[in-house]
Amino acid sequence: MKPNPPPGACEICPAHHSANLKRLGVNMDRYHFVVALAGNPNTGKSTLFNSLTGLRQHTGNWPGKTVTRAEGGFAYQGSNYKLVDLPGTYSLLSTSTDEEIARDFILFGQPDVTVIVVDATRLERNLNLVCQVLEITGRAVVCLNLMDEAERHRLTVDERSLARELGVPVVPAAARQGRGVPMLIDMIHQVATGGFVCKPHRIQSEPPALKRAVSLLVEKLGAAFPDLPNARWVALRLLEGDARIEEAVRSGELAGLVRAPQGAATAAPAEGAG
Amino acid sequence: MSPANSREEVLEAAANLRWEVGPDLHDSLMEALYTDAARISDRVLSRDDARPAFDLDRTIDRLVTSRWLGFPIMMLLMAVVLWVTITGANVPSSLLSSLFLETLHPALKQAAAAAGLAWWLDGLLIDGMFLAVAWVVSVMLPPMAIFFPLFTLLEDFGYLPRVAFNLDRWFKMAGAHGKQALTMAMGYGCNAAGVVATRVIDSPRERLIATLTNNFSLCNGRWPTQILIATIFIGSLAPPALAGLVSAGSVMAVVLLGVGGTFLVSWGLSRTLLKGEASAFSLELPPYRPPRILQTIYTSLIDRTLIVLWRAVVFSVPAGAAIWLVSNTHVGGASLAEHLIQGMNPFGLLIGLNGVILLAYIIAIPANEIVIPTVLMLTVVSAGLPGVGEGAGVMFELDSASATLGVLEADGWTLLTGINLMLFSLLHNPCSTTLYTIWKETGSVKWTAASALLPVAMGFVVCFCVAQAFRWLGG
Repeated sequence: MKPNPPPGACEICPAHHSANLKRLGVNMDRYHFVVALAGNPNTGKSTLFNSLTGLRQHTGNWPGKTVTRAEGGFAYQGSNYKLVDLPGTYSLLSTSTDEEIARDFILFGQPDVTVIVVDATRLERNLNLVCQVLEITGRAVVCLNLMDEAERHRLTVDERSLARELGVPVVPAAARQGRGVPMLIDMIHQVATGGFVCKPHRIQSEPPALKRAVSLLVEKLGAAFPDLPNARWVALRLLEGDARIEEAVRSGELAGLVRAPQGAATAAPAEGAG
Repeated sequence: MSPANSREEVLEAAANLRWEVGPDLHDSLMEALYTDAARISDRVLSRDDARPAFDLDRTIDRLVTSRWLGFPIMMLLMAVVLWVTITGANVPSSLLSSLFLETLHPALKQAAAAAGLAWWLDGLLIDGMFLAVAWVVSVMLPPMAIFFPLFTLLEDFGYLPRVAFNLDRWFKMAGAHGKQALTMAMGYGCNAAGVVATRVIDSPRERLIATLTNNFSLCNGRWPTQILIATIFIGSLAPPALAGLVSAGSVMAVVLLGVGGTFLVSWGLSRTLLKGEASAFSLELPPYRPPRILQTIYTSLIDRTLIVLWRAVVFSVPAGAAIWLVSNTHVGGASLAEHLIQGMNPFGLLIGLNGVILLAYIIAIPANEIVIPTVLMLTVVSAGLPGVGEGAGVMFELDSASATLGVLEADGWTLLTGINLMLFSLLHNPCSTTLYTIWKETGSVKWTAASALLPVAMGFVVCFCVAQAFRWLGG
């Protein structure tokens, strides 16, 4: 038998107070943090977006429905969040328009937190994208969505092991029913404010020749752009000859990606307030 | 070392190292990615392997994507949606029109008279603008409030990707992209939305084909025209018990004609101006999800129906004013409207339409929704019908379909005019919003012009041929 939690434990937990969540709709000229919603197509990003912002993005059960970037806002624990709903993509490697929109935002838009929405019933394929996003940004939360369907298909996901493997928080959810949303908001808040420090998983299985080339290039990148948070990923893109990234190196745009360590953003004044 | 130099050095090093890692970098990277993902997934995922004896999703999929049943089921669903819309919209439509036209309109006229409003101001505001809005609301709101939720329920359930799956073979034969089925389906709501949705298609060539042919999906602004004309001209040919079914059938025929047009034009384009092979793609068939009925009805009413209705109202106000003005501005003894209608009449009649319809389509370029009210108002002007309406360019009470038929027949409308109006409503230029969207999405004046002129030209040709055939058969 588990001991009963001390009385009031739930009341102390911030996630308990769903009243803490204030849906701001499109009113978000003053925000402290930017949160991106990424994930495979048709995993429920727009549904999650709607339940967080109170907006009503059109949702539908077919992949590829969101083709533009939608933005909305919510407030939690005194911080204002801008939420950006990205088009669903299977990868960030190839170069179709929607993949480019998603990748450019995660890279150049510098979201404070990237929520990767994952279909729990198709975990392996979804993890491909998770691994790619984690190469670009470590400040991520995985939302293990569609848990209701996973249960229907008698699948169980050990979310604690998954969180350990990925090095970022994992929140099981069923966004259509609103399950797990309070917990997710709290995790977004913790990652944004530095309460949870991520140690993102990095791809390990690449061949030795590639490993050597990458580490050489990372060294060079370190000289040109000190403290670049995703030098490894940039190196991989350069080796593949990604024109957009080459341009970002040449123009020095990449230097803009160097940011204060996680958590320091709390002290920063609200963007757009001036 | 200057920063620019060190940046160049990075690029140089990358170029050199690229030779070392060899050409299969992408593949080995993908392999590493897949290995990692598989490893993690194996570790955290466990499944209860006792398979249920009956897998509902698979059974439904086998039915709706089956070679034999796929198409009939698709058409049946479409027909049911149309039939429910047509029969369900009748009662609320007439309730709304009696509220607006029999109660509110006289009340407003009296109030204006009591306030001593100038005749032209009263005419412009109440007979022009108010009546145009009243018409649009009473004709459009009920069918939309039924059609959109039904369509959204199918979408929420997960049926759209199955439609794409069924049609994929056809699109491939036409040299187009299978995802065009999805953008086509979005077009049934709104062509501008359908054009934006073509972004799911990666290949620029196939995306352009999807953009140019989206207009062949009847949009919500055209559904009311189809439904009304089908009801009064074609439904009335059948015994009353079957009228709804026959009208739905004829609208269905126009929809199928549009689908045929999509394939034909896609095929033509991919053989001539936009040559190329259809590209392969993968489309996930998502699991069926029980639609959240109340939520879907709520959101599709609030978001789609009211937003579309609002757009129609916004456009109908200036259109109402324009109609009233052209009908009441007199040049050389006749109103401007009469001059224009007379001028276009010979060509209109040649292709089985008339001058009124052509003028109405010019006035209605901003929004297809207002075609029918415009046609009716202009008809009264041109036919000079005594006892109908209260003056030139004034909308009037048409409390029943037969009254509408009476007015139109008095102006020389026949079954041919009705059929051709339905055809022309399918085959004409997209509304200005859609054209603007096409221009924004393609960034090309040439393709925008092509997407406007191509359907109009087709409309003229088809209407002309139908008119010739109809007359030859002694209709």
